Amino acid sequence: MMMKKQRLIPYCTIPIAGLLLASCIHVKEYQKSRINDSEMSLSNRKVEKNELNAQSYREGSSGANAGKTGGGCGCN
Amino acid sequence: MRKICLTVVGMYIMLIHAFSQVSSKDTSSYKPKKLKFEEANFVSSYYNQSADKSAVMGGRTDSKGIADVTDFANGLDIKFVGWDPKGRKNSITAGIGVDYHTAASQAYVDSNGTARNYGTRLYPTLDWTIENERKGTEFGLGAYYSAEHNYYHSVGLNTSFSKKTRSNGEISGKLTTYFDQIKMIVPAEFIPVDSIKSSGTAAVTDSIIYVTTASGRTEALSYRSGQVISQGTKTEIPSKSRDTYSGSFGFSQIINTRMQASLGFDLVYQTGYLGLPFHRVYFNNGKDTIENLPSQRFKFPVGLRLNYFLGDNVILRAYYRFYADSWGLLSHTASIEVPVKITPFFSISPFYRFYVQTAARYFAPYAVHSPQEQYYSSNYVLSTFSSNFFGAGIHFSPPNGIAGTGIHELEFRYAHYTQTTDMISDVFSLSLKFK
Repeated sequence: MMMKKQRLIPYCTIPIAGLLLASCIHVKEYQKSRINDSEMSLSNRKVEKNELNAQSYREGSSGANAGKTGGGCGCN
Repeated sequence: MRKICLTVVGMYIMLIHAFSQVSSKDTSSYKPKKLKFEEANFVSSYYNQSADKSAVMGGRTDSKGIADVTDFANGLDIKFVGWDPKGRKNSITAGIGVDYHTAASQAYVDSNGTARNYGTRLYPTLDWTIENERKGTEFGLGAYYSAEHNYYHSVGLNTSFSKKTRSNGEISGKLTTYFDQIKMIVPAEFIPVDSIKSSGTAAVTDSIIYVTTASGRTEALSYRSGQVISQGTKTEIPSKSRDTYSGSFGFSQIINTRMQASLGFDLVYQTGYLGLPFHRVYFNNGKDTIENLPSQRFKFPVGLRLNYFLGDNVILRAYYRFYADSWGLLSHTASIEVPVKITPFFSISPFYRFYVQTAARYFAPYAVHSPQEQYYSSNYVLSTFSSNFFGAGIHFSPPNGIAGTGIHELEFRYAHYTQTTDMISDVFSLSLKFK
């Protein structure tokens, strides 16, 4: 039952992403003042770089976060 | 008659004036600009960990299984930007990273706990990107190199591409490969014997024996007829390769004036020696050996980010990742960060991250594995556990820099990390941007 729940969660990601995309509106350049804020960036903060490395060393999984996916070190 | 003449003369003068403009050279065409310094980023972190069940000692829970670690990691990258004759923006980023660590478990590469317990890693990087702002495309190439004590070296190469869509979105892709050489430093009691030749009727064998010394070095002792004939400290230590190939793909989209999201996934394939030669495994019959893992691994992580500007001063940054691999390991990661803008240039950001994973099929705790198993590891990185990671950061970015120092952005973060494997750690990080 637990395994079924775990496998269900990633499948929910796709319809959630689809719903978000379906609700998109066209945003003009002059309306992007909040979107262009540095804290709204979709990438990791530079200060998080070594935290991500520490997590990849101590956890069995990695990737999908613009960090290491494996190799390049004596880690996973 | 006079009027007709004047009119004709006037028209003639107008015609001449119309064609008297000197056609000037078009000066609006773009002139190439040389590379110039754009910015430099410096990141420094101090990591301190307290743990047991080290992989070097096969997951033992007594004092010999100590897995305390400290790590001081520093990285600097400098970016130069220039424009070519076609008006495309070229960026070159050169980086260097230096890490110094101490690891209590490393001392037990020698079973008496006297091996070297510290190390340094050096890793330079070089990246080049070319951006066509008119078309909204960007292409890049990168190279990476790493060298550390127990890891001969690693060479990495990558290429990337991104394109903006007409509907405020962006698609991106990146291909990365790493070619690693792992130095086969094994615990002293597992001495690999490389027999050059046997002496026929003699009872001894001519051989080269690799011994891990108390200092952590591996020395080669050449034997003949039972006597050491040479002792080299710079002998070629055997190594094994590990290759990693990954493709990362992403799509980001502005949803509305306050929200944007991205979806990304990686396809990763690793082949070669995927364990580490100094990780022990203790069988249920009391015998010990070196961990043995499959020579192939496929990984599939997929992640979703969602950022929302709530009100005028609060931002919600949410992230979720699902991960699965061919070793049977499954994991979920969920995090939330809430930057609160105290002023337009100063913010405080508390954050929390939850992680849970189920064990790889080749993991078992200390003294549980059977000698009949083909693959076995007692590295708790591959075990079932959950973790909590939380803390806060401050972000300071005044428009004219900080007091004339050249620092245009300063970030400081503290995080506390706990795992249900009885591991606890703290990490302090500082990031500076110079312009």
